[in-house]
Amino acid sequence: MTAMPDQDVEMGRAPAPMPNKIRTQHVSVYYGDKCAIKDVSLDIESNRVTAFIGPSGCGKSTFLRCINRMNDTIDICRVDGSIVLDGTDIYDSKIDVVQLRARVGMVFQKPNPFPKSIYDNVAYGPRIHGLVSGRGETDDVVEASLNRAGLWDEVKDRLQDPGTSLSGGQQQRLCIARAIAVQPEVILMDEPCSALDPIATARIEELIDELRANYTIIIVTHSMQQAARVSQRTAFFHLGDLIEFGDTEQVFTNPIEQKTQDYITGRFG
Amino acid sequence: MTTLLIVVLLGLSAIAFQTGRKKALRATAGNIAPLHSLPTYYGTYVALWVGIPSLIVIGLWLAFEPQIINALLLAALPGDVRGLSPAELGLQINDIKNHAAGGITSSELSPRLQEVADYYLGLRQNGLLGMTIVAVAAGVGGLAVGWRHVTSTFRARNHVERTIRVVLIIASSIAILTTVGIVLSLLFESIRFFAQVSPIEFLFGLQWSPQTALRADQVGQSGAFGAVPIFAGTLMITIIAMAIAVPIGLFSAIYMAEYASSQFRSVIKPVLEVLAGIPTVVYGFFAALTVAPAIRGFGEGLGLSVASESALAAGLVMGIMIIPFVSSLSDDVINAVPQSLRDGSYAMGATKSETVRQVILPAALPGIVGSVLLAVSRAIGETMIVVMAAGLSANLTANPFEAVTTVTVQIVTLLTGDQEFDSAKTLAAFALGLVLFIITLGLNVVALRVVRRYREKYD
Amino acid sequence: MTDLLAGRALTDAAARRQLNRRHRAERRFKYYGLAAIFAALGVLAVLLVTIVGAGYSAFQQTHIQLDIELREDLIDPDGTRKEADIRQANYAVLVRDALIKIFPDASGRRDRRALARLVSSGADIQLLNMVLADATLIGSTQTIWFKASADFDSLSKGQIPRDVPEDARKVSDKQIAWFDHLAALGLVEKKFNTGFFTTADSREPEQAGILGAVVGSLLTLIVTLVLSFPIGVMAAVYLEEFAPKNRLTDFIEININNLAAVPSIVFGLLGLAVFLNFFGLPRSAPLVGGMVLALMTLPTIIIASRAALRAVPPSIREAALGMGASPVQTVTHHVLPLAMPGILTGTIIGMAQALGETAPLLMIGMVAFIVDVPGSFTDAATVLPVQVFLWADAPERGFVERTSAAIMVLLAFLIVMNILAVVLRRRFERRW
Repeated sequence: MTAMPDQDVEMGRAPAPMPNKIRTQHVSVYYGDKCAIKDVSLDIESNRVTAFIGPSGCGKSTFLRCINRMNDTIDICRVDGSIVLDGTDIYDSKIDVVQLRARVGMVFQKPNPFPKSIYDNVAYGPRIHGLVSGRGETDDVVEASLNRAGLWDEVKDRLQDPGTSLSGGQQQRLCIARAIAVQPEVILMDEPCSALDPIATARIEELIDELRANYTIIIVTHSMQQAARVSQRTAFFHLGDLIEFGDTEQVFTNPIEQKTQDYITGRFG
Repeated sequence: MTTLLIVVLLGLSAIAFQTGRKKALRATAGNIAPLHSLPTYYGTYVALWVGIPSLIVIGLWLAFEPQIINALLLAALPGDVRGLSPAELGLQINDIKNHAAGGITSSELSPRLQEVADYYLGLRQNGLLGMTIVAVAAGVGGLAVGWRHVTSTFRARNHVERTIRVVLIIASSIAILTTVGIVLSLLFESIRFFAQVSPIEFLFGLQWSPQTALRADQVGQSGAFGAVPIFAGTLMITIIAMAIAVPIGLFSAIYMAEYASSQFRSVIKPVLEVLAGIPTVVYGFFAALTVAPAIRGFGEGLGLSVASESALAAGLVMGIMIIPFVSSLSDDVINAVPQSLRDGSYAMGATKSETVRQVILPAALPGIVGSVLLAVSRAIGETMIVVMAAGLSANLTANPFEAVTTVTVQIVTLLTGDQEFDSAKTLAAFALGLVLFIITLGLNVVALRVVRRYREKYD
Repeated sequence: MTDLLAGRALTDAAARRQLNRRHRAERRFKYYGLAAIFAALGVLAVLLVTIVGAGYSAFQQTHIQLDIELREDLIDPDGTRKEADIRQANYAVLVRDALIKIFPDASGRRDRRALARLVSSGADIQLLNMVLADATLIGSTQTIWFKASADFDSLSKGQIPRDVPEDARKVSDKQIAWFDHLAALGLVEKKFNTGFFTTADSREPEQAGILGAVVGSLLTLIVTLVLSFPIGVMAAVYLEEFAPKNRLTDFIEININNLAAVPSIVFGLLGLAVFLNFFGLPRSAPLVGGMVLALMTLPTIIIASRAALRAVPPSIREAALGMGASPVQTVTHHVLPLAMPGILTGTIIGMAQALGETAPLLMIGMVAFIVDVPGSFTDAATVLPVQVFLWADAPERGFVERTSAAIMVLLAFLIVMNILAVVLRRRFERRW
């Protein structure tokens, strides 16, 4: 737990990024009586891509959803332990999830653009958070975000088309643009390419690499190759346990644990 | 006689079943294996040969007996009676029938009519006897035909199953027949109405007073069939009802779907459904007994003059009736919005209400529009509340404190009580019914299509 | 990373203010939802309280005890003891004489008539039936409880205020004095109103009961069930299990969905034009009412049955077909039994709707005033909701509480049916 003074628990913008953006300590997650994550402690570094890998049902997505408290929307879900973002425990009762999620954005497995125009999809976040006022400012944010997500050139002539009219890969990049439009510090990606074809996947992976300069990124993936390609740090989960966590190169070439070895060589999974 | 017929036919079918089964078994010396189908199928096959022909006979008789007997009766009447006006003729025929049934007649029958009555009674009895004989003969004949078909290689099961399919198709077609019946009966009577009153006058006339003079010497009541005041009244009550039902229904649906805990939902939802299960006549009584006087008292407290059958009272109670309708339909529609959209919005840091207003409601809008259209159609067609709480007089007014009347109220008023069936007054009810049917049908078709599209979008 | 929104850094205070505003909006929105739900619940409560409050008193009936001298010279002056003679006697006089004996001061025709109005006008029938049942009573004096007339029933239940001017109420000061005197003598008592459940309609509120309407509803529902259940299930089976995907099937589906939303009164018009006028079936009969309601409930049953059939997993069908069962055998042996609880639930709900339906029955003449309990499907009859409608229209004060009581009975039936449906669903619900 952190020793922050009480009145300052609210999420203010941190002055300078600390080397460890997120520290999680002894995190356990329960769905009703079932334990989905057992006592996980790991640190996420700033401006790096951290990959969570493991067989399906290992709890990696559950753990990811703890980091912006998306598990709050599930009634029976309970989280123990602490997750500290820039020195603030995000499970503190005084924390406002609305503010938290503005700082920790998320991209989902299946592209989920809102049934609105491309423009309104991107403008949605800045508008609800009051980050923009007036048409001009909104236009700027939309263009900048779409640019950064590498989508601007493809959609600049049809911003008023519905977001759902785009192809799968474009939709996912739209969702990334939507997420970065609120200026988050961390972006969580839950198997962002699992519904996409290889070309679209390659495009997203490039994008992730570019975004690393400005954001801290955590990506859950079932593809070991993808983890090896995009991440600098890798965590391997199995049946709710964190088995191994280290530099991606080390985890893939010289794993410490036997289970990790078995998994990356394809003996199970 | 009818009970006897049923018993005989059931017995005959049972015999047919047994003989069919036995013959099949006998054909293979009691061995089931060489038979094409199970023995019961052979039995059923022969039994169907008994049942279907005799049922066809009975059905034809039920459908055409009254018309044939009536025609014969008419032909047997003395010439001077046949020359009477249709209304008086109908009265005479009624008397004859009542006399034949041993009931009370409005006047003593003349000996000649007495004879006709006896003739009529004889006709009916002979008809029934004849039908019974023909039906039983058809059954016996069927038995013989079916029985001859039974051999060890006969594909009894396939024949039985094909018959079952035909019966199933007939059952499904009842829905079409009902629609056709509705359309034809409304159209037929409406055409007769429009032969007396021009459609232009009906649809655009501003004066509605359907009392036509019964006798030529009655003054005044010549009958006016301008239905605009009725349409306006229906519209006003519908608008009032929607103004109550849509916001309350929609907000309860939103709360139920997005905010309520599962315990809250499991208690409150069934209670709200109680509101939907209350018969409309109870709402009508509630409107007349409690709501209308309350509104009147309230209005008078404010110095307004409020009719005791104000449009407001009827509309209010109708709105209450429709709340659960709107809320359960909207609840379904809101729940059909995929969770991924909610997740997307929450992950951006949106609050629940922002998510509802800016993501869920726009996504669910077509479905909600569909539900509201269905609710409107329901309000327009609702009868008992307005019959009991709205007025009868066709006022053309925009003041909700005054009494107005609606399409359904007029249909009920025109068709209850004693009147001859051919007058413009009763036929007008069918013309109103036709308008009601067309409008609600249009609303339903559009609404169902919108809702269906919406469902497909998120499946 | 601040280049996106350069020049617009929010101060902490401004951010906090904005956040507070958003949270206030959130709470407001939530309260609107709660308010809507409680508005609906509140109305339901008011409705039920109103009905029960107005209706519970109808389950009690004020009775007046009188000593009746069954004078032979009036009942059977010739001593024949023949039914025809006994029927002809004027029993009302006996009741009036008994009253006059208690109030000898009531002289003159007007007073005596006013006095006689204390007791229900059905008292003479009650006496006649007594004498018919046991002729030996003739000549004796019997102590008998009679129903008080509706106005005095209301008076004793406190529904007629005593403190308004005499001409503003239906009972005179003198009558009230008589009634109070009877009460002081212990001759007035409220008893459970059995007559309400054992008699049919009447013009006199104190003699009116719901038996006729209940039996009418029962007969009508039997016809509805017998027609709509088999046809509905067969149609659902065909559409769900056998129908090819073609124009005809689509058309049938559209028809069913539309019929489910056609106003019920239109079905009444159909019944009037086709069943009564074209086929010449009897007016006001449960047979016709049941047929109309069957057409109305058919879509409900078909839609519910189809949903139940669809819930049976395809693997069951495949298993049966794989064993060499024919499609018809598959459906009748496996699919239909598994879907039956759902089908029955839908049917009960459809029947509950039919039980509460009024409007189409008005069209086919089931609004007639009928004093007899119907004995067959072709007798003139009325049903419970129509009885409610008729009584709600009646001007007599005594019918208000009876209307509410009839509604309570109707609601009780509906609640029982719905509980049955819920129990059935809970008991047999299967999650695949």
